[in-house]
Amino acid sequence: MQDEPTPIELTKSVSDFLRNDIAPLISGHQAFKLRVAINILDLVTRQLTREEGSDAAEVERLRALLGMDGSVTDLNRTLAERIAKGEIDLATPGLAEHLWATTMDKLAVDQPSYASYKRELSRGG
Amino acid sequence: MIEAELSRSVARWCPGATGVAGVARLSGGASQETWRFDIANPDGVIGAILRRSPKGYGAAPTRAAGLAAEAQLMQLAFEAGVPSPRVMHVLTPDDDLGTGFIMQRVEGETIARKILRDDEFAAARPHLARQIGGVLAGLHRLPQDKLPELRHMTAAKEIGDFERDYRSLDWPKPVFELTLRWLRDHDPGPASETTLVHGDFRNGNLIIGADGVRAVLDWELAHLGDPMEDLGWVCVNSWRFGEIDKPVGGFGSREELFAGYEAAGRKVDPSRVKFWEVMGTLRWGIMCGGMMQRFRESPDHSMERAMIGRRASETEIDLLRLLAPRGS
Repeated sequence: MQDEPTPIELTKSVSDFLRNDIAPLISGHQAFKLRVAINILDLVTRQLTREEGSDAAEVERLRALLGMDGSVTDLNRTLAERIAKGEIDLATPGLAEHLWATTMDKLAVDQPSYASYKRELSRGG
Repeated sequence: MIEAELSRSVARWCPGATGVAGVARLSGGASQETWRFDIANPDGVIGAILRRSPKGYGAAPTRAAGLAAEAQLMQLAFEAGVPSPRVMHVLTPDDDLGTGFIMQRVEGETIARKILRDDEFAAARPHLARQIGGVLAGLHRLPQDKLPELRHMTAAKEIGDFERDYRSLDWPKPVFELTLRWLRDHDPGPASETTLVHGDFRNGNLIIGADGVRAVLDWELAHLGDPMEDLGWVCVNSWRFGEIDKPVGGFGSREELFAGYEAAGRKVDPSRVKFWEVMGTLRWGIMCGGMMQRFRESPDHSMERAMIGRRASETEIDLLRLLAPRGS
C-alpha cells in the first residue's frame, strides 16, 4: 500500500496551483496550452476518482451479456468482435442499456460539460 | 524569411505591388501552413492569405485533393457566385514558396463558438441554416466538366475506408462496431446523381460576417459523390458546439436547411441526410482516434492531440442518441 496523499489529492493540488497562481500570469498561446494542461489534470483526477467503480460495474454487465469472465479490456474486445460478426445487436436484451451506461461513465470522465451528456443526465443518468 | 519570397512573388503577378507587410502564421501542421499578409500597393493595401505545403512536403495525404485542386475549386466557386475567396495566384517553382496558392483575405469570423454566441452575429444567426442550404445547392451545381481530378466516393467505399482506419487503431469500441453494422445495413446505394461534394462543410470552416456566410473554406477533402453527404456532415452534433437542438451547425433546423437547398432548385433526400449524419459522427470519432495515435507516435507529445483523442466518447454518446435513443 502506498502512502498518502492519494494520487487524486496530488493531481488536484497541481491543477489548483496552475489554475489559481499561474494562469493569471500568462497570455496568448501559452495561456491556451496551460488551459489544456489543466483540463488534462482535471480529467485524470475524475478518472482516478471514478474508474474503479465504473470498471467493476462494466465488467459485471459484460459478464452477464457475454456469459464469460475476463478483464474489462478483454471483455470489451469480445463484445466488439461479437457485434462485428452480427452475433449481438440492439435486439439483444441488455446491449443498449450496457452501451448507454458505459458511455455515460466515459463522458463523466472525458467531458462532463458536453451538451448531449448533460441532456441525457437530466433524463436520469 | 518568407517575407522576401512573398515580396518577390507579388511583384511578379500583382500590378503595382511594392512589397508585403504584416506576415503572420495562422495555423496548420507540418505539411500544410496558412499565412496572412498584406500586399502594399499604390492604391492601398490588399489583404491576402497564403495556403501552402512547404518544400519537401509536396505529397498530399491520401484523402486530400491537394492544394492545386483546392485553388481551382475555390476559384470555380467564386466565379459561380458561391461565397468563396478569390484566388489571386497559384504558386509556381519560381516563387520558391513550396506548393499552394494565394487568395484574397475575406474578413469575418471562423471560430464557431464566437459565431454562435457573440452579439455581432445575432442578426445573421437565425438565417444561417437556410442560407447554408442555398450555398450548398450552388456548390453542388458547380460545372463538372471544369472540376479538377477528384476521387469518386460512394457510401460503401466510405464505410470500407472508415472500417479500415478504425481497425488499424486496434481500439475496440462496441459503439463504433454497432455503427459500422448499422451503416452497412442502411447503405442507401449509389446516389441518383453524383456531384461535387465539399467534404468538410461545417461550422468552423465558414467565414461568417454580420451579413451571413462570406466564404466557404477548407476544400481539401472535396470529392465526387452523393451531395447529401454535405447536408449530413453539417448536421453532425460535434459541429453544433453545444447548441444541440439546432442541428445545422448550431444555427437552425434541418427544415430550414432543406428549404434553402430546395429553394435554390435542388432536391433533398432526408433519409440519405440522416445516413450521412450517422456516418459523419463516426467519421469524427475515428478521427479522434487518429489524433490519439499521432499523440502516441509523434515525438512532440501534443497535449491538444491527446485531449482530442479523449473526445471520441462524445461521438459515442451522439451515435447512441441517433441509433438507440432512450425514451423521451
